[in-house]
Amino acid sequence: MTGSRGSSAKTHSVSASLRRALNRLRSFFRKEPLDRDFNEEMASHLDMAIEENLQRGMPPEEARRQALVRFGGTQQLREQHRETRGLPWLDMLTQDLRFTLRTLRRDRGFTLVAVLILGLGIGANVAVFSVVNTILLRPLPFHQPKQLVRILTKKDTGGESSQTFSADATQALQRQTRSFQSVTGYFAFTASDNYKLQGKGEPLPISGLNVMGNFFQTLGVQPVVGRVFTDEECLKNSRPVVLLSYPFWKRQFHSDPQIVGQAINLSGTPVTVIGVLPESFDFGSFFSPGTKMDIYVPAILDDMRDWGNTMALVGRLKPGITLEQAQAEADILFTRLPFNLRHPEYGGGYAGRLLGMKDYVSGKLRRSLIVLWCAVGLILLIVCVNLSNLLLARTAARSKEFAMRSALGAGRWRLVRQLLTESLVLASAGALLGLGFAYAVIHDLAHQGSIALPLLSQIHVDGSVLAWTILIAVVCGVLFGLAPGLRMAGGNLQETLKDSGVGTSEGRQHERLRNVLVISEVALACVLLVGAGLLLRSFLRVLDIDLGFHPSRAAAIQVEYDADTSEKRSAALQEILRRIQALPGIEAAGISDVLPLSRNRSWGISAKGKDYRKGELEDTFLFVTTPGYLDAMGIRLLEGRDFTWQDGPKSENVVIINQTIARKLWPGQNPVGQIAQINGDDRRVIGVVADVRESSVEGYGGWQMYLPATQAGPVGAELVVRTSLPPDALASSVMRTLRELNPAQPATEFRTIQSFVDHAISPRRFFMLLVSSFAGLGLLLASLGIYGVVSYSVTRQTHEIGIRMALGASRARVQTDVIRRTLRLALIGIGVGTVVAFGVSRLIASLLFGTEPADPITFAGMVLLLGAVALIAGYLPARRASRIDPMIALRTN
Amino acid sequence: MGDSKLDLLQGTLDLMVLQTLAAMGSMHGYGIARRIEQVSGEEVLLNQGTIYASLVRLQQRGWIQGKWGTSENNRKAKFYSITAAGRKQLAADAAYWERLAGVMGRVLAMQDEGGGQ
Repeated sequence: MTGSRGSSAKTHSVSASLRRALNRLRSFFRKEPLDRDFNEEMASHLDMAIEENLQRGMPPEEARRQALVRFGGTQQLREQHRETRGLPWLDMLTQDLRFTLRTLRRDRGFTLVAVLILGLGIGANVAVFSVVNTILLRPLPFHQPKQLVRILTKKDTGGESSQTFSADATQALQRQTRSFQSVTGYFAFTASDNYKLQGKGEPLPISGLNVMGNFFQTLGVQPVVGRVFTDEECLKNSRPVVLLSYPFWKRQFHSDPQIVGQAINLSGTPVTVIGVLPESFDFGSFFSPGTKMDIYVPAILDDMRDWGNTMALVGRLKPGITLEQAQAEADILFTRLPFNLRHPEYGGGYAGRLLGMKDYVSGKLRRSLIVLWCAVGLILLIVCVNLSNLLLARTAARSKEFAMRSALGAGRWRLVRQLLTESLVLASAGALLGLGFAYAVIHDLAHQGSIALPLLSQIHVDGSVLAWTILIAVVCGVLFGLAPGLRMAGGNLQETLKDSGVGTSEGRQHERLRNVLVISEVALACVLLVGAGLLLRSFLRVLDIDLGFHPSRAAAIQVEYDADTSEKRSAALQEILRRIQALPGIEAAGISDVLPLSRNRSWGISAKGKDYRKGELEDTFLFVTTPGYLDAMGIRLLEGRDFTWQDGPKSENVVIINQTIARKLWPGQNPVGQIAQINGDDRRVIGVVADVRESSVEGYGGWQMYLPATQAGPVGAELVVRTSLPPDALASSVMRTLRELNPAQPATEFRTIQSFVDHAISPRRFFMLLVSSFAGLGLLLASLGIYGVVSYSVTRQTHEIGIRMALGASRARVQTDVIRRTLRLALIGIGVGTVVAFGVSRLIASLLFGTEPADPITFAGMVLLLGAVALIAGYLPARRASRIDPMIALRTN
Repeated sequence: MGDSKLDLLQGTLDLMVLQTLAAMGSMHGYGIARRIEQVSGEEVLLNQGTIYASLVRLQQRGWIQGKWGTSENNRKAKFYSITAAGRKQLAADAAYWERLAGVMGRVLAMQDEGGGQ
């Protein structure tokens, strides 16, 4: 039948439609010449028609009249012509835009406030989105990042040591796995500033990481210059080579590609530079937030066989293998992995736990980030409500203008569109400003190093951030433009025109809408404030934690000394401490190989002569220290004594344990004097110290023990000093002394112990500060909203108040009335907000520390704060109301 | 409906203009309007001016082109002529109309028979 082909006549070829669209667009920009052309064409048409009519014998007047009648209305035809050839909607849009810009320019104060508020709201949203996008949403910048898996163990105590594998286990895994295409790893116990770059001037401390030969191939990281390691370069006694990180290459070698192939002096050894890694590869931001690596050197597994569990592993799954399948294999395979092939008696077997790389990097932050995202979304809502309110007030003031335009024939839809255009223009301006704010914040975040959050260095404004900005600008514009627009559309023309304005109270409906908006604003602000209050209180609780040491007035510096035997080491350390303690301002000094809240390593400890069930003993954090370290750190000695220099290599082996070990190994006994077994040696317990927060400020400290540096091998030397002076004042004298003792002492940084603590709690501080500033912004906006509504209604009622005062109402009475009305709005808002906050606080319970989600102090504090602010916001217009002079108020109308 | 003139269906005017230009060669707007009026036996209800919207549409689709020139009695006028693409479109549209007209004729004839029962 024909039906199926019915449309064929109307569907023109694609090229014809396309050409038409292009022509219409072109016509839009050539209005004037086209209009002129059409006018001429019409004139010529009419001339010809008149001429023909004249030839038929009509009198000139009639000939002209007939021609015009046959032709049709020229104005209408002109319109029709324009609409057909051009883009009528675009015409209208430009008209609306032009009009909007004109009105906004006239109302500069309003425009400024609106754009600023929007800029803050949108800016906060864009900045948070880019953080969320980078940390949570965007895939990691590796080749096929979903295949990457972090290989951990099922232990949850013991820090890094318990999450690492021995060299033999690593190689056995590489050979035996069927789930992974490749398994790689890095040395997990790297200290910062572990290398010295020598050759030019003072030795420069730099941080280097030992990675396995296939590390970069497994991750899929390509060097920007040169190449990555070969297998041969990871063998014992091979030619030493190094890869540079991008920032280090830029800073130290001015991005000179010629450096590849040259040798640099690393801690006294010439090492050949073979390549430079890309800027996008920042080891710290994936594996160890807050640390910076300058160079990468091959991990020689042959040298590491007796080091125990030191390799942190990463694997790349074979295509098509899921994490669950790999875990199933790991559950069997890992139990059979050897620990040390030369010493099978040490035992072996691991409990492997596989975690997707993305989860490893950002999994723990998911909840915090989502909370942050919601908080910033609330801010945007408050901004929208606030602007809606401002616009409503404006529409009310402009209702006459709109009524007039409507009476003159403007369609209602056209007026609503006008209002929407206005709000979209405001939103776009706000979005531009917000993008500026966000850009500054993002730049700042990307270039700071003190917040221990992963991937922060990767943050930048990209396409998705821009798309998000546009999306929220449009949503915002429609949201806050809709309420006034709908009111407009629903308004009654005659009523508005009749309304004499200022004198009478405004329509109740209008006021009710504005009240609802203010109430919701207060409620939203209340939710934000309670959330921020809970986080703030948690943060204060964290600051209050007994760390087990005293960070204030203590500082640490990395020390180098030459000693190849334990006797020489003992002498060198003793000499360093003697000289340092002699410096003015030093109260105590001591050396430990690792410090709390930085890196860590763990061994095992048990009471001699007892058998333990599997799992009864915990991995024990190990600190190899000199006498004086406990004092310098401010670690409380509970029982027994500190080490002395008499606890030497030849004397009895000793150990100091923490309270947790004492309680677990010798419950109900005095641990001092007991014999412990550590790494196969007997050691006498000589002291018990307080638990120290080791791997995190908030977490469980775990088992901790201290061995004297004279009896055990330290893995570095951190000199800790406690001073009566500000630590900075000592930096130069300490460094001078160290240089005198060892000219090769690199210019390592003098770090306060407080900075370790700050670094450890920086994520919590970061989230707390962000949510608090959002809450502050919300509070400000809510008070602005209250002020706006009350102030506006006072202005509208000037006349009415004048009459009341003329009839005898006192100033105090008028003032109380206004304040009471304000408080009623605020209280309803606070009531609703508290109920919502009560529910919401449960959702953030896991982010709190030592604070109940329904913490009464926080709730009460926030309610009081919000109430007080509302009171102030209402007091200003109330005072104005009470100062109305009845005579003037009555006369002006 | 005293002088019952035909209201033009959407799109039919475009087809008429195309056909006129195909048959008559280059013409100005007034000429086309007059020609359509004459051929239709003055039966088409047409404000002569509406022809220009149709001309813009056709021009923008690339089916006709317009050029300013001088008329037979030395008057400045814009002359339109059909393009190759326009001829192709005309053929397609004409075929469609003929089929539609045939079908409509048959359908209406059937209704007549039904009514006579």
